[in-house]
Amino acid sequence: MSSGEKYVAAAYGVIFLVLLLWVVIIAAKLTRLEREVGELAERARERRGDG
Amino acid sequence: MSTSSRNSRVPALAALAAALVGVAIALVFFVAPEDADQGISQKIFYFHVPIALTAYACFGWGALKALLYLWRKDERYDLESYVGIHLGTVFGSLTLLTGSIWAKASWGVWWTWSSNQLVLFLVLFLFYAAYFMLRFSVDEGPRRANLSAVYALFGVVLVPVSFFAIRLASDFIHPTVFSRQGPQMSGTMFFAFCVSWAALTVLAYALYRVELAGKRLDAHVRDLREALA
Amino acid sequence: MTSYLADVATLARKDLRLELRARDTLPAMLLFVLSTFVVFHFALPQGSGETAAQGLLWVALVFTALLGLARSWAPEREGGVFDGLVLAPCDRSAIWLGKATAVLAFLVAIEVVALPAFALFFTGLDAQAVAGVALADVGICAVGTLLAAMAAASRTRELILPLLFLPLAVPLVVGGVGSAISPEPGRYLLFLALYDAVFAIICWASFEYVVTE
Repeated sequence: MSSGEKYVAAAYGVIFLVLLLWVVIIAAKLTRLEREVGELAERARERRGDG
Repeated sequence: MSTSSRNSRVPALAALAAALVGVAIALVFFVAPEDADQGISQKIFYFHVPIALTAYACFGWGALKALLYLWRKDERYDLESYVGIHLGTVFGSLTLLTGSIWAKASWGVWWTWSSNQLVLFLVLFLFYAAYFMLRFSVDEGPRRANLSAVYALFGVVLVPVSFFAIRLASDFIHPTVFSRQGPQMSGTMFFAFCVSWAALTVLAYALYRVELAGKRLDAHVRDLREALA
Repeated sequence: MTSYLADVATLARKDLRLELRARDTLPAMLLFVLSTFVVFHFALPQGSGETAAQGLLWVALVFTALLGLARSWAPEREGGVFDGLVLAPCDRSAIWLGKATAVLAFLVAIEVVALPAFALFFTGLDAQAVAGVALADVGICAVGTLLAAMAAASRTRELILPLLFLPLAVPLVVGGVGSAISPEPGRYLLFLALYDAVFAIICWASFEYVVTE
């Protein structure tokens, strides 16, 4: 690969990586939300059990 | 409008973005001719410039929502403004990264003060980075929303002001001027550019909707937690 | 209109009187700017030339201004009267204008000593350079006062003011240095005037939102 081609690959690669990083962060947030909703559902169930 | 109906179109939006990006890449690498002067490194331009334009659009969107917030005082606008500016900063960073790579490819240096666009984005990046510092150092509430909104409006005014300042500065700052022939764009090149621009705009909007949905969900979960505590 | 300006004048006078009594900010700013000049002397290698010094003047001015701006809302904050001031019957924007005027007065007072000192230590300043300083001062005080009020609401106060201020100060530095060293200072002075006009209007219109909820 000529050096020009390497730079083009680097530029597009960087864009791709940043997008993937964004996906990773959103996915992590999703897992956290899933866990929290699970805890809250548990709490709601207990409440219904007591009340 | 319930959350689910509001977000029902987002997957389709994301699919459209993916399709457009695919078409754009195909056009850029298989259809558009290679530039006579710059060779293959000119291909970076097809994504670098739309990314820069999209960053401006995101900052503008963020400022618009900020204005709406100050006017209507609806929390929703504050969140939309924040996500817009966040996305703008991401695209701004990408502009700096791809711009730097392109500079290395064209001129052999990773940074040059003679590229007005690079310098402008550096100033904007610093400005919007401070936006996040400000936002994270104020407790959540109407005060934080007010401050963020005013600052976002300052940002959108700073863009043209900095642009002219940097142009004026180039008269006395640096004698070594690198220049690039603005691509003498042939028809196919222009078409590829337009498709890329459309692809990145739709992609940015898809990212915006997803991030906004995530943040709203966050807020709902927190409300639920308080209600159940 | 006249009562608005009267409010502004009252507010500005209050700040000036406070400073004359306390005498803490002005001497500090003066000492800071002079010390910075000395540091610059050692920081500038031989043969750097006059133009480098002109550039450094602006670094000194911006950071001295930051010093003053960081303290600009301190009387209100320390006295616990910030909320009281906001509840006062005057237009909120008058608070900003009064404070900005006072800060401008401080900055100009400093420069009356600092600019001749600069001419003494480094290189002379001609009329166009001084005009540049004057115009930039207005911009610095207008924007800086509003940003300082923002910083006052933040947990990290003094830390965040430079971060907020410096990107906005870049055009002012360009205008100021340009008017000093360029053979056609008119463009730069016009640019500074435009910056002042645009940002003063925005600050005037948005200050209300910075201090209320």
